[in-house]
This record gives sequence, C-alpha cells and structure tokens, in this order.
Amino acid sequence: MGIKINIETCTGCASCVAVCPFGVMEIKDDKAYVNVGCTLCGACKEACAFEAVIIEEEAKAPAAEGHRGIWVFAEQREGEIKSVGYELLSRGRELADSLQAEPSGRGLKTELCAVCLGNNIKNAEQLIAYGADKVFLVDDPALGSQSEDLYAGALVKLIQEHKPEIVLVGATSLGRSLIPRVAATLQTGLTADCTDLAIDTEKRLLLQTRPAFGGNIMATIICEAKRPQMATVRPRVFAKKPFSGRQGQIIKVDFDKAAVTSKTRLLSFVADLKEKIKIEDADIIVSGGRGLEKPENFKLIEELARVMGAAVGSSRPPVDEGWIPYSHQVGQTGKTVRPKLYIACGISGSVQHLAGMQTSECIVAINNDPNAPIFEIATYGIVGDLFKVVPMMIDKLKG
Amino acid sequence: MNIIVCLKQVPGTTKVNINPETNTLMRQGIENIINPFDAYALEEGVRLKERYGGKVTVISMGPPQAEAALREAISLGADEAILIGDRAFAGADTLATSYTLSRAIKKIKDFDLVICGRQTIDGDTAQVGPETAEMLRIAFVSYVSKVEEVKEGLIQVHRLIEEGHETIEATLPALITVVKEINVPRLPSLRGKAKAKSAVIPTWTAQELETDPARVGLTGSPTRVVKIFSPQRTRTGEVLQGSPEEQIDSLIKKLRGSQLI
Repeated sequence: MGIKINIETCTGCASCVAVCPFGVMEIKDDKAYVNVGCTLCGACKEACAFEAVIIEEEAKAPAAEGHRGIWVFAEQREGEIKSVGYELLSRGRELADSLQAEPSGRGLKTELCAVCLGNNIKNAEQLIAYGADKVFLVDDPALGSQSEDLYAGALVKLIQEHKPEIVLVGATSLGRSLIPRVAATLQTGLTADCTDLAIDTEKRLLLQTRPAFGGNIMATIICEAKRPQMATVRPRVFAKKPFSGRQGQIIKVDFDKAAVTSKTRLLSFVADLKEKIKIEDADIIVSGGRGLEKPENFKLIEELARVMGAAVGSSRPPVDEGWIPYSHQVGQTGKTVRPKLYIACGISGSVQHLAGMQTSECIVAINNDPNAPIFEIATYGIVGDLFKVVPMMIDKLKG
Repeated sequence: MNIIVCLKQVPGTTKVNINPETNTLMRQGIENIINPFDAYALEEGVRLKERYGGKVTVISMGPPQAEAALREAISLGADEAILIGDRAFAGADTLATSYTLSRAIKKIKDFDLVICGRQTIDGDTAQVGPETAEMLRIAFVSYVSKVEEVKEGLIQVHRLIEEGHETIEATLPALITVVKEINVPRLPSLRGKAKAKSAVIPTWTAQELETDPARVGLTGSPTRVVKIFSPQRTRTGEVLQGSPEEQIDSLIKKLRGSQLI
C-alpha cells in the first residue's frame, strides 16, 4: 500500500502541492515528491491532470463477517439518560433502516440497539420510543459511580458477544474518555467528534464526517476492514425524533463483577453550580465575546439573558481571559449548542466558535464590525455598538 | 518517580487559510511547535520530578524534524528524549499511534506515570491518551486539572468533567491526560538551553521497538480519510437597517413573529 509519482508524466505543475491537506507534497527537481505524513486521502490524485499520482491500495482483508446492527451507547448520569443517546438513536434509526433496505444485506435484520450501564436507570423504555429495537440494560450498584474501568469491561464483553457492525457514542466527557479504551481493546477504528453520519449502504460503511484543522475543512472518514465501526458524535448534532407506540425489547444483562476490577476510585464529586440554566439544554442562549472588553461588562449579557429566560454563553477569548468559567464556552474546544435562538454579542465569529453554534435555528449577531464573519451565518444582524444596542434591547423586552 | 511525557509536534496555528478561488489550503510559512496541551503535560512532569525526585523522559512519534520539539522539551526540564521514527510509522491513525507509543513505553519499562496532553490542536481527537493506556493495561484518568499527591503506589488527582470536578485515586503505574488549567508552563532556562543543545536524542525504529508490521503506520490504521471538503455556509442572513432603535424593534418583531421569544 502506498503512493507513487510517475515521473514520466509528472510535469511538476504543483497542483498536488496546493491541494494536499496534510502539506506533505513538495516539488523537488521539477517533480512531485511525497514526504512523510501522507494518509493516501487521494486529494492529489484527483487534482493531477496528468495521472501522475498512483495510489496502490492493498486489498484490505474484508471486514469480519457476521457483524450486524447498530448500537448506541446511551449514557446516563445518576440514573437519568442523557439527551445525546436519544439523538443518536434518532439518527441510528434512519441509518439502520437504510441498511435494512439494501439488497446486499441478504435480508438479515439490521437492528438498532441501545446499551445503557448504570445504577437505578430511569425510563429505559424511552430508548425504544426514540427508535431502539432492543435495549441492553446493565443495572448494578457497582456501576453507580461511573467507573470507566467497569464500563469499558462490560461494554467490550457485550460488543464481543453480540457483534454489532456500528457503535455510536456521544462525545461527552465520559464518551470521549471511555470509548477510545473500548476501541483499543477491540483493535478497531474510532472517529472522534463527528458532525455528520451517513451510510454507504452497498458496502455497509459508516461515512463519518468531522471538522479537521480546527474546523476549516471537513473530512469524511471510513473504517473498512475492522468491526465494529465506532464514532463519537457531538451532542445536539442530530435532532431527537420520538415515535409514539413503538414496540421493543428490554434485555437485562447481569454485571459480572468478578470479570473486571477498577484501577481508579472516585473519592468525591463537586457539581459546577455556577450556571443557572445549562447552556446545553437552553432554548435561548445569549453569548458574549471579546467585544465586551472587560469582565464587568458580562453583566450586560447576564441581564439580557435574564429578561429572555436564556442561558449565558461565551466565545473563547473571555474564557481565556478568565472573565467567565470554561463551562460557558461555546465552540470547537468548548460546547456544541443547538438552541432555537442564539444571540452573539461582540463575537466576531471565528471558525472555532462557529463550529459550536452554527446549527442553531436562528442566529442574531450584534457587532460593530460589518465585516465580522459572524454576519455570514447570522439570520439577523445588527451592525452597531453593543453597549448601546444591548441595554436598549433589555429595556424594550422588559417593557 | 519516573515519568514519561508523550508529546507531538504540530503546526503552530490551526488557522489554515483557504484560497477562495481554488478552494485549496494555503499553509506556507507555518512554524512547528510543541502541541500546547503537551506543554502542560511536560510542565506537570517536571514539577512532579521536582517534588518527588526521579526523571522525566519525553517521547515523540514523528518525522525527523520532530527532534526539534524534543530538544525544546529538554530545555524545559526533561532529562531524556527519544524520537520514535520510522517510515513504517507514517500515516498512523490514533490506534496505530497508540500501539507504537505503547511499544516505546514498554521498552522504557521502568516508569510510574505517563502524562499526555488532553488532545492535539491539529487532530483534536483526544483518543491517543486513553488508547495508549488501554494497550499498556494501566490505570487511566482523563482531563486532570491538578495532581494532589503521589504516595504508596497511588496518585490522587482532580479531574474536570462537564458536570463539575471529581477527585480520583488511581493505582500506579497510570496514564493521565491533562487540561490547560493544570499549570502555567515555564520558559526555558539558560542551563536547559545549553543541555538541549548537547543532548543526544536516539531514534527508535520499528526494529528496536519490535513492532508488529500489521499494527503500525497506514497498514495498522483501521480508519482512513476518503474525502476532504470545505464546510458549506448556506445561511442567507439579513442585516437590519435603520436607527439602533428601529433595528431592535424590527428584530423583536421578527423573533416574536417566529415564536422564538
């Protein structure tokens, strides 16, 4: 497996250098040269007008037979199932149905299953309402403290036993910490922080799209030869779509305490109580950015949020400056949000911020720079001084 | 206490500009740096060494130029550095990278703690830390914001998660990934710079690590990028007109009209 340049036909035109997303192409002695770091993505091959780029693909061993179905890890905390599990089931339902309809599936059923681990888990039947055919429920006092060692052990065992072809997990603190360990044990591929999922139904491949290079470019990633295909997906990327009167099966699985031991122990937990309304769950978010100039001015954002019944968000600079805690940060390195209404005050709209809020239903931008990128994605824009606009808005909404 | 810090050399900016005419990436003149999260990992390793004794070994898997990042790490307080480099390792995804790193860590053998940054700023996956821990079969704690203490084969740390913060105790050897809240990295000292200049940095290849050829580089990477494209910005927005008051009136009317407020 590798990449070669046909020096007979290469003209040294450098069109491959320009398109290489990894910057590994170079022109040496008037011919293209591939440096270390190539991932065989094929961008250069596509760009080459002289068919001088040759990518030899080793025929990968076909994916192990007998893997069937899509699994969603439904994360819970203190017995409450998190929203991202329902979101993934809603998308998983569509993916499973499209696989089911594919003739190459040889009529074998493609089930959508949820797997939930915890102690005193509430409303597991809701997982069926959001699309699951089966729910594997592992409810045990030992799983109450969210020990990742125990979770990883139990999950690996279930996956090895039931052999799903796809496993989807929310890209939460727990998901991003736990699932790489499961993937490593199973020696399979895992794609982090996907913002879109689709299916190549014929090859039964999960097409996993995620932002790369800080969100400037999107990359679609596949896992051809290993099963299951695993991905974490940011919360609120997919909408929840409940069904009414759906039937399904809840399968209680015993937790085998003897099989796994935990190398870590939770000594204490202190909840972050600063936020009145959690930004992840809010219908309306009012966010402030660098344009606020000083920490005191965040009061203006808080006041507007209060009169609108909104949560308070922030772009990255105020968090870096220490004006507001990290838990309020929206963006690629903060939280992804999808409210009905997002009001950005004094936020220029860096790619990193947009990655965390651009799927909001309605975006209002208030900024004094008419050329700020935030206006490119805003539904409504007000070009003006936020220190005049925001207080006036507060007065009008109060009145 | 013997500490291993894993670090990666990354492009110094995530601002990759796109040529709007050709829709291609422009990445001229970007210099390479130590991944910022790994700089916190290194600083924490050096602080723990200062507190408990022992040594800090930094390892980096990468092309020959990654040696510059390792030299910088020595100027910042690391005792030894090893470059993990072989053309066979190129094109590795997180699984193949973790396998290769775990082979190097096993070869170092005598260690109590491995520290990694939470994620890199170029890949942003945050997967290499947990995957490496799993391959080493050692304790793992992510998002560490403070190391409370190390004693009697245990490490006690604070950890930042979405819901708040946890205090966790883990058995050694362990691997932790750290967040930026953990410390403020120091600047290189003059002595460190001199040491970095003369340091001998060995390169460990596939042969030395006795890696399984099927598990490294592109061959050992189950995931593959099949398509790269620019994100679509399709929203057609409206910039409101008039005096500030007129704009606000019009905005409130529109938001109420769509039942958003």
